[in-house]
Amino acid sequence: MQIPAPFDYARAESVDDALALLERHGPESRVVAGGHSLLPMMKLRLARPEWLIDINDLFELDFIVEETAQLRVGAMTRHGALLASEVVGRLFPIVHDAERVIADPVVRNRGTIGGSLCQADPAEDLSTVCDVLHARAVIRGAGGERVIGMSELYRGPYETAVAQNELLTEIRFPVRPRSSSAYEKVERRVGDWAVAAAGAAVTLDAGGRIEEVAIGLTAVGLKGTATRSEDVLRGEVPGEALFTEAGRLAAQDCNPVSDQRGPVDYKRHLADELTRRVLRRACARVAAGTSTHAAGQEG
Amino acid sequence: MQVTMTVNGNEVTREVEPRVLLVHYLREDLGMTGTHWGCDTSNCGTCVVLMDGEPVKSCTVLAAMADGHEVRTVEGMASGGTLDPVQQGFMEEHGLQCGFCTPGMMLTARALLDKCPQPDDAQIREAISGQICRCTGYATIVRSIRWAADHPAEEVTA
Repeated sequence: MQIPAPFDYARAESVDDALALLERHGPESRVVAGGHSLLPMMKLRLARPEWLIDINDLFELDFIVEETAQLRVGAMTRHGALLASEVVGRLFPIVHDAERVIADPVVRNRGTIGGSLCQADPAEDLSTVCDVLHARAVIRGAGGERVIGMSELYRGPYETAVAQNELLTEIRFPVRPRSSSAYEKVERRVGDWAVAAAGAAVTLDAGGRIEEVAIGLTAVGLKGTATRSEDVLRGEVPGEALFTEAGRLAAQDCNPVSDQRGPVDYKRHLADELTRRVLRRACARVAAGTSTHAAGQEG
Repeated sequence: MQVTMTVNGNEVTREVEPRVLLVHYLREDLGMTGTHWGCDTSNCGTCVVLMDGEPVKSCTVLAAMADGHEVRTVEGMASGGTLDPVQQGFMEEHGLQCGFCTPGMMLTARALLDKCPQPDDAQIREAISGQICRCTGYATIVRSIRWAADHPAEEVTA
């Protein structure tokens, strides 16, 4: 039987209350959101907080709000709510691509976007998604609020810029015209972590050339985004030869490790192939109008 | 700490350690062993119960987190001697072999049908995709849920 080590429990009633509880109980206190990453780690005694601050009653952090130039998503938004959101699918189809393959529907009823990002598991899908969408994280502490980019948020495996006495409250996704995105993951079985996955966000200019592009890889040891691949794409007309070159470079630039999910050469092969696929699909979606300025239905 | 939740319509209060998981609270503190305890890693889904109507894996929810919420277990599916159509469906279509995954499967099915009374097979399969049948009897489970969808108000005396 896996049971966490003993701890004390407090349920926060507001963001300010959560911050006060974290301050009061100090460095051995931790926030629990959906709990589907933290509780398993506590059961394995890989995490042993002395205080657990439950933020599941912070409904003020459960929202999806579309504004002119950005989509604001509360940190307590459940995976299931993101997947069910029409506006999320319309503006950022990559989020729906990823959510469909994050764990399973029952786990998605509990897990949250904020929890996923704060857990910072190197095989976590939404980190890659937020990275390529140039999302920004809103972090609140006793001294106020700060807004940082994903590269600043992610400090390394299981480590983020959210300090012990701070709370990630919101993720902001910039909305760009003539843009779309895609995510594809290979997993051993339904609901598993990625063997490898790729995400891409593309903006085309009025002439159909790639104006801006970001490519991220999950679980294969890529730091940041695949910049060499992005460089060969920028300014070019999307096409197979270009995607092939971008895939080849991405596979070279990542640094996978051999583990029970597969050997290095297989993971590099996936990085190559999945990069090509997400570029192909993201570009096709822009062309089909599944972008920020049209209400396409392409899945 | 003191935890109060509604289990199958009855308000229950118990003194529990914060680290007690909902599955063990139900089975050991309340003696309701209809909720099964399986993999302990939120993979198998036999421990699924409904919390405020949504299926959750009770091995990965603390009893403390369920404080103030409504929990429904397999014991609360039948009412007044009448089986839930999902339970009847599992009987009609042989939806169980060993029965270990059955409570979780049936509760997920109940939540699905509450939201979507006429799901297609793909929706049924998606809904139960986080749950494992160790007898691999998925085809009959899907048929059982289909049966329940087709007989929503079936009156059957247990």
